[in-house]
Amino acid sequence: MDQILEILEDNARLSIEDLKKLTGKTKKQIQSAIKKYEKKGIIVKYKTLINKEKVKDYQKVVALIEVEVNPQKDVGFDLIAQRIYRFSEVKNCFLLSGTYDLLIEVVGPDINTVASFVSEKLSPLSSVKRTATHFMLKKYKEDGVVLVKKDKNRRLPISY
Amino acid sequence: MISKHVEKMAPSGIREFFDLVLGMPDVISLGVGEPDFITPWRIREKAITALEEGVTSYTSNQGLFLLRDSIADHLKTQYRLNYKPDKEILITVGVSEGLDLSLRAILEPKDKVIVVAPYYVAYPALVELNHGKVLLLETKQEDNFKIDPKKLSQLLKQNPKAIILNYPSNPSGATYTAPELKKIWNLLAKKELIVISDETYDLLTYGQKHICFPSLAKSAKEKTILLNGFSKGHAMTGFRVGFACGSSEIIQAMTKIHSYSVMCGPVISQVAATEALLAKKEVKTMKTEYMRRRDFLVEELGRLGFSVSLPQGAFYCFASLEKFKFNSLDFAKKLLVKEKVAVVPGLAFGKNYKKYIRLSYANSLDNLKEAIVRIERFLKSL
Repeated sequence: MDQILEILEDNARLSIEDLKKLTGKTKKQIQSAIKKYEKKGIIVKYKTLINKEKVKDYQKVVALIEVEVNPQKDVGFDLIAQRIYRFSEVKNCFLLSGTYDLLIEVVGPDINTVASFVSEKLSPLSSVKRTATHFMLKKYKEDGVVLVKKDKNRRLPISY
Repeated sequence: MISKHVEKMAPSGIREFFDLVLGMPDVISLGVGEPDFITPWRIREKAITALEEGVTSYTSNQGLFLLRDSIADHLKTQYRLNYKPDKEILITVGVSEGLDLSLRAILEPKDKVIVVAPYYVAYPALVELNHGKVLLLETKQEDNFKIDPKKLSQLLKQNPKAIILNYPSNPSGATYTAPELKKIWNLLAKKELIVISDETYDLLTYGQKHICFPSLAKSAKEKTILLNGFSKGHAMTGFRVGFACGSSEIIQAMTKIHSYSVMCGPVISQVAATEALLAKKEVKTMKTEYMRRRDFLVEELGRLGFSVSLPQGAFYCFASLEKFKFNSLDFAKKLLVKEKVAVVPGLAFGKNYKKYIRLSYANSLDNLKEAIVRIERFLKSL
């Protein structure tokens, strides 16, 4: 992977100036590379990873739902996946190999909302055979970042 | 009470400065001589499992055979070097012990040892502790802190018993290409002397391949004690595990001393080190990070008016304060007190390096950025 992508994936807030210093490339090279990545949909979005558990007024329920579906002729899983991921409640949607097909992440203000999404919107879809809903209790690590406890710096502040 | 030659090793002004740093909270420190990464998890996990299994005994004096064997393999694939794990490799307590053992094994009182400056602080100290005499080979910034062969020839006329090489260098970050090393070896080859090659930072060489000194020639291997370890490349400083490779004669002599002074390296550290040799991906990730931070720091220091050459290895910049008309100890003290940024004054690495400071880029990018903001503010306030 290009190092510009590697660096931005870890910290999207770095300026072009910073990227220049980190990579040794010119401003122009970096700007045109980023533009290219954005255009091609390689860079999709710049977002911030927030540890929601620490946000006081953030009370939302997250559920991971396993969905078993009937694939359709010619389009396979894509059409039914689209049917599901278009719901605004669905935050993530993946097609997996194994005992079920789609894994979706649903976020709602409380358990009831998530439950009614499953019973009223998801399950009634004719291609959906079976669902299993898992409510999330605690996030330990997200996107490679450990959320629960930061590693302490134990180095002496000065040494040879 | 205390022996004269130990008493003579007076703590320099540096010690006071170090105490000042150690006593100050919330310092952004670019003065640290170790990686800011924690030892990669797979290595820590190996050590934990070994503890669970009850691996807590002594090992043979020379160290775990499995580790020596893995080191032999590593040196063969990395540098095409052949060392016999049973006779030519010794596991030491960090490279520090390897260095001490090397000097203890070969020096007679008053033997001369060439030390290249700016030097890692332990070199002259250990030569003196072993009753040797230091011949300083000073390098200059205009030569990128590399050895000037002419100066080396001059010093060789004094028939030194040994020379200590260190590349990539702490503190300068200088390292050598194959032709440069060959030039040095051609001069050394003519002499009856031992090369102690401390290549602790070999895995942290940027943009060029590290050339291991004993790989230069068969005769070079015979005359060299190769010192290395796991502290820097694998971020394992606290494990204290290093190794020495050399002729069977020298390694056996070193093992003799080692068996009386420390018996063997800590077993858990040795087990962890066997795993470290497999952690190639982790080492590469850390190296890539260092390289980016180096580029960032060098560029920023240049912008602030420091004269600094691009270090080719390790994780230090050795920057000149020439422009600021400051001696480095004063500079470091004032910077610490005013802006809470710690750097190491060049004086620590040789008396003629008072105009330099060592800054470590083994630090998060956020810390480096904040340090630069503070240094800039400090310079403006002068």
